[in-house]
Amino acid sequence: MVAAAFIPLFPLLGFLLISLNVNKLQKHVAATVACGAMLAAFLVGVYAFFTTADAVQIDLFTWIKAGNFTSTFGFLIDPLSLIFILVITGVGFLIHVYSIGYMHDDDGQNRFFSYLNLFVFFMLLLVMGSNYLIMFVGWEGVGLCSYLLIGFWFKNQEYNSAANKAFIMNRIGDLGMLVGIVLIFIYYGSVEYKDVFNSDASAPITLITLLLFIGAMGKSAQIPLYTWLPDAMAGPTPVSALIHAATMVTAGIYMVVRNNVLYSMAPISMEVVMIVGIATALLAAVIAMKQNDIKKVLAYSTVSQLGLIFVALGLGAFTAGIFHVVTHAFFKALLFLGAGSVIHALGGEQDLTKMGGLRKYLPVTYMTFLIGCLAISGIPPFAGFFSKDEILAAAFEHNVIFWALALFTSLLTAFYMFRLFFLAFFGNERAGEHAMSHIHESPKTITIPLITLAVLSVIGGFLNVPEVLGGHHAMANFLGIQEHEAGAHHSIELIMMIITVVLILGSIFIAYTAYVKKNDVPANASDLTGAQRVVANKFYIDELYDAIVVKPLYALSKFIYKFIEQLGIDGIVNGLGKGVVYGSRGLRFFQDGSIGYYLFVMVVGIILILGYTINW
Amino acid sequence: MINSVPIDYYLWLSSILFGIGVVGVLYRRNGIIIFMCIELMLNAVNLLLVAFSAYLDDPAGQVFVFFIMAVAAAEVAVGLAILVVMYRGIRTIDINVLNRLKW
Amino acid sequence: MTLNFFYFLSFLAILAAVMVVVSRNPVHSVLYLIITFFCIAGHYVLLNAQFLAVVHIIVYAGAIMVLFLYVIMLLNLNKESEPHKSTLLKIMATVCGGLLMIVVIGSLKGTEQMVEAHTATGDISLVKNLGKVMFSDFLIPFEVTSVLLLAAMVGAVMLGKSEHNNS
Repeated sequence: MVAAAFIPLFPLLGFLLISLNVNKLQKHVAATVACGAMLAAFLVGVYAFFTTADAVQIDLFTWIKAGNFTSTFGFLIDPLSLIFILVITGVGFLIHVYSIGYMHDDDGQNRFFSYLNLFVFFMLLLVMGSNYLIMFVGWEGVGLCSYLLIGFWFKNQEYNSAANKAFIMNRIGDLGMLVGIVLIFIYYGSVEYKDVFNSDASAPITLITLLLFIGAMGKSAQIPLYTWLPDAMAGPTPVSALIHAATMVTAGIYMVVRNNVLYSMAPISMEVVMIVGIATALLAAVIAMKQNDIKKVLAYSTVSQLGLIFVALGLGAFTAGIFHVVTHAFFKALLFLGAGSVIHALGGEQDLTKMGGLRKYLPVTYMTFLIGCLAISGIPPFAGFFSKDEILAAAFEHNVIFWALALFTSLLTAFYMFRLFFLAFFGNERAGEHAMSHIHESPKTITIPLITLAVLSVIGGFLNVPEVLGGHHAMANFLGIQEHEAGAHHSIELIMMIITVVLILGSIFIAYTAYVKKNDVPANASDLTGAQRVVANKFYIDELYDAIVVKPLYALSKFIYKFIEQLGIDGIVNGLGKGVVYGSRGLRFFQDGSIGYYLFVMVVGIILILGYTINW
Repeated sequence: MINSVPIDYYLWLSSILFGIGVVGVLYRRNGIIIFMCIELMLNAVNLLLVAFSAYLDDPAGQVFVFFIMAVAAAEVAVGLAILVVMYRGIRTIDINVLNRLKW
Repeated sequence: MTLNFFYFLSFLAILAAVMVVVSRNPVHSVLYLIITFFCIAGHYVLLNAQFLAVVHIIVYAGAIMVLFLYVIMLLNLNKESEPHKSTLLKIMATVCGGLLMIVVIGSLKGTEQMVEAHTATGDISLVKNLGKVMFSDFLIPFEVTSVLLLAAMVGAVMLGKSEHNNS
């Protein structure tokens, strides 16, 4: 059981080994070290998974002790963190392997692997910490790694701006989270999970949970802090898959589930979580319909799916949320890696309008991508079907309108995913001659992770088969989180499932007719009119933020620069300098270097001193 | 014989000689004259020391005078050497020309 | 008799000292200064300090003043070349000197009572007594003085050395 405490050690060692020798290690050595560290962490995680029966707390040492504040450095190994550990290390390992092939020609490969390992370390810290502080350390650490990896190709100024944007947006959320943690300490007198959850002290739980949720908004890209995630696609594709789809962005979900005790006591917060989730899911899904960048589509899809998960959490269906996190990690990582494989094959092309007809050139990618699309759309028996159905069922129980909205989101999801799929793999070959000339199926290091993830996307749903289909809610039993018991009749649930699947198939068919039958090629954003143009420009949200936050901030900064900085501070500093200059100009006459003058002054001084001492 | 002259007289005499030395130092610009005036001041002090020593029956005062003479000799030797060097450098011993002491 | 002698010597000393300051020719200044020194030596004799009087004449008149003269000759300064100074400076210098004199006298005021309480025998100034004190109580300062003189000699030689020989 103690073995679990060693899990974060492997990626940390990997990071240290690679980063300290970043220029000395050969590329394949660094890759081997990084992948080996991940594999070791994954294996230990599996071992811990099968040997852990109950929640175990491992206190390593007293970390901070100041006044009446004590914080131990310890890990909490329970079913929730174990699931996350397995997802992080498992998917992480596959993506590491994938990166060997993907980053092979990049000069910064060693740096890339060291960042990846560091990220995994912080992510593990986040989910394994036994108190809010360790979680916060991990929280900030993954934010840092995200920043480093988005700006990995730092020579491109746009990528740097994207990295800054991600960092700043996360910082806004982190502030809320930090305030929440401080409030927790003030009211509960401890930041340990076990003390807080078992405490019967009265605290402003609604406020605390809302503040924590602000942190989740930033990290998990929810309205209003979601705009950084699509921009984060500037990073290398494995990063998008690992950090910005499978793991880091689910940190907010982990945090909410970890605090399910608190959230269950705060119905208002739950409502907020749910409304923010559904709004995000819908908005992102609509935007994704009109995006032409393959990674942007997937990014908005991620935002949308995260929103859906938050809907589940807000409904109190924590298990459904975690279930969807797991399956989403599988199929979204698969889709990103597949997209990466396409981009790799086309030599860096990301524009969907310049793809098409890739089916026969990239057979493995094509097949795995298809599985990913089916999974995310929720076609049985792929993973997404089960997890999404859980959420829809929970929504239906709460409110039919919510169910309808969630269902609509799912239909949009199916549509835009297959739009992407058809545009990339069917139709005419629209890629340039140069790209077509050296098009090739990706190497084994890329295809093997794809196949593995495809298999996981197929079978992942069976982790938690609902009762109506003869399952036993295996994951729910494993997690053991208290939640509202699903009381819908099985017959209704079954009818709902059928309706959902039929509608999804319908929307896929629409995509098929539009993009395969009619061979429609989406236009650029500038050629569109009316509502379509608004959607293609992401509802001008970025511009809106620019206008109401960034511009006024710049104006404020300029004002402060002009008046406080230049007049006030510069005035004081320059004034001091000028004062010294003028003062010394005056004083210089006392130091003009003339001996005769010095002698006079000396004699006058002696006279004064003697005159003062005389007893008159 | 000794006490026939009141000590005040020596006090006045020494002070006057010292004052004349100070006036010389302040007034003259020739380095050598200034040096001589400094010697004058030293001697004024010596005189007073000897006077007090004799009036108070304390030989330490006269020993001090002896030491002052030794120091004065050393000082003159070094000081005049400096003046010679200075003259060699700037062809004058006018101290007002030495206005570069600020550097 | 002693008092008259004192007046005479004092008058001569002050006069010569004033001439030191005001005479334009450096050589004249040196000669006036020698007169002052002789007067001071006379005062030493009056104070029954014959040994110091002799040493004084040997050191000052015999050595130091010769050195002055020698430097003046060496630098060829025996000309009345000094430019005239302003009257203001003259007045200021005199006022400063006078003020300093007054404060010196003022700060030494009250010492005469100390002296009156004492009856001097007058034989402490003899060579025998001085020698005893110098070589018992002041032995170490005496030895250090020799080092000082040596150092001054080395310094003077170093400074006086022609710079061309250095390189």
